[in-house]
Amino acid sequence: MRFVFKTSYDADISLFKHRAQAVWYGLLLLLVLATPLYFVLIGDAYLLGEITGMLILAIAGMALMLLTGHTGLPSLGHATFMAFGCYLNINLLGAGLPWLIAFPLSGLIAGALGTMIALPVLRLHGVYLALATLAMSILTSDFVVIAEPWTGGIAGAAVPDINIFGIEINRYSTPYKFYYLVLAVAILMVWFYRNLLRTPTGRSFTAIRDSEISARAMGINLTRAKATSFFLSATTAGLAGALFGHSAGYVTNETFDLVMSITLLLMIVIGGLGFIHGAFFGAIVVGIIPVAIANGRTFLSTTFDVNINVPGLESALFAFILVCFILFEPMGLYGRWLKIRTYFELFPFYRKDMFKRQKSYLKTDRVQ
Amino acid sequence: MSLLEIENATLRFGGLVAVDNVSLQVNEGEVFALVGPNGAGKSTVFNLISRFYDPAEGSIRFDGKDLLKHTADQVPGFGIARTFQNIELFEQATVLQNLLVGRHRHRTTGLLSNIVFSPKAYREELRHRAAVEEVIDFLNLQPYRDKMIGGLPYGVRKVVELGRALASEPKLLLLDEPASGLSVEETQDMAFWIEDIQTQMGISVMMVEHDMGLVSAVSGRVMALADGKELATGTAAEVQSHPVVIEAYLGTGEISKTGTSRA
Repeated sequence: MRFVFKTSYDADISLFKHRAQAVWYGLLLLLVLATPLYFVLIGDAYLLGEITGMLILAIAGMALMLLTGHTGLPSLGHATFMAFGCYLNINLLGAGLPWLIAFPLSGLIAGALGTMIALPVLRLHGVYLALATLAMSILTSDFVVIAEPWTGGIAGAAVPDINIFGIEINRYSTPYKFYYLVLAVAILMVWFYRNLLRTPTGRSFTAIRDSEISARAMGINLTRAKATSFFLSATTAGLAGALFGHSAGYVTNETFDLVMSITLLLMIVIGGLGFIHGAFFGAIVVGIIPVAIANGRTFLSTTFDVNINVPGLESALFAFILVCFILFEPMGLYGRWLKIRTYFELFPFYRKDMFKRQKSYLKTDRVQ
Repeated sequence: MSLLEIENATLRFGGLVAVDNVSLQVNEGEVFALVGPNGAGKSTVFNLISRFYDPAEGSIRFDGKDLLKHTADQVPGFGIARTFQNIELFEQATVLQNLLVGRHRHRTTGLLSNIVFSPKAYREELRHRAAVEEVIDFLNLQPYRDKMIGGLPYGVRKVVELGRALASEPKLLLLDEPASGLSVEETQDMAFWIEDIQTQMGISVMMVEHDMGLVSAVSGRVMALADGKELATGTAAEVQSHPVVIEAYLGTGEISKTGTSRA
């Protein structure tokens, strides 16, 4: 086990706990930077597109993680904010704005709209907040149909290509550039997120999650902090939505439906609520399952001549995995990783209840 | 000069009068204790000061300012910090992070500088951490500094809660049953700390406490409440020997008389 001797406040403030950790994250950065090389070598960028998709999901996951995992406000409607971001991006690009302005602007406007919706909704707690956001998510596809002039309605809308200072980026024709662009946005978001958590703003969010009454007694304005969290979350979700649009190429009223909202929530629960890592782990699981099912089908039909075509297999598998996680590992994949690491660090002194939680994240499932 | 002035405060929950026309002053630099049987309205008085409840009548002034014109989250800004009877810590955070939340009222940076971690935000963090380390030093919390609250024993949590209140550098500290559930040694530590807080840091303390040993050891003035009404105010010894107070705690003796007549 590593003992860090802290000799300055920087040891607590800096992004990495010690040099070894910084080295590991440096290696991870090198790995993600070098990933496209592999696909250049095999000359097939299909899977790189899937990885890019995971990164986009991870950004959306971080948006929800901030709100649910760190502020304790459940949302079943984050696909709505993704839809805001996506359609705003399409329209701003259509209006002739350069991507570098249209993209952040679409996120910010999505955040502002999200906050406007959130202000009345934030008076609700726990299950009631979840229900209100669920309703919002159900309404989204109808609104997309109604707002046809901007969204193309049921027929859908094509998403223009990205153009940064003359560099054209398209998911299919330039998959490598698109990957690096998404990666850059993801890394920037992680950096913002980490900064938030080590400063008063982030601490006020976690304070609200753990005890609203004492957060107030410490001088935190609940309404303002919750609205701020919602704004940041909706902005990030909007950015993820805009990227998702670029990745899909064509979006309709069914793109950002309820299933997307639920998938996001599922992602962060599987990944581990309350950890930035959780968003990424969750995105990997959610991204791998469809690919694994498709490959499994191909394998079975080519090798054993067995054809499985069960409709809804993906959803069933998702649901099964979610139930398993809630039953056996409520802390998610990242929590499991922490436990395994602690087990080896402390061997043979690990105790089963070392990670026991006293309270759960949502006020509604607390036993009073 | 009195720091906190409550005048004729009354609070009703439906038909129940939880606080009935209570007036009290807490002077600068004193330790003031509220005692009384369960349900006397002691914690309710704290919740009035914290602005969790609105009094039906009366006024609450702190440092010359009318607290009733402000909301609960503005109260700490005047320099009032509090603890809770049933510890209300942030369970999923470390001791250090809990104490840092206590510094919230001294926050000077906004959202934007937090997100990009501007040099200003960095300097602010250094200041907060320096202040928090002093509290950790004062309360001997070093062994638990980076431990999650969820895994700490009850006695330590009590101290962390006191630390979180102290981290905000208050003028008035409201302690709701600081010694409840503590062992004899822990209660003694608490008594020393309260004395140090009063004498060295110059912070006025108002506390609700059942442990009369602690009350008489540290407090200057004591007020006894029962059924929301003031019974007596004075030194600990005066209040303890006051006939009305004894009656409120032990009854009038009429029941025991019927008991003896039957026997």
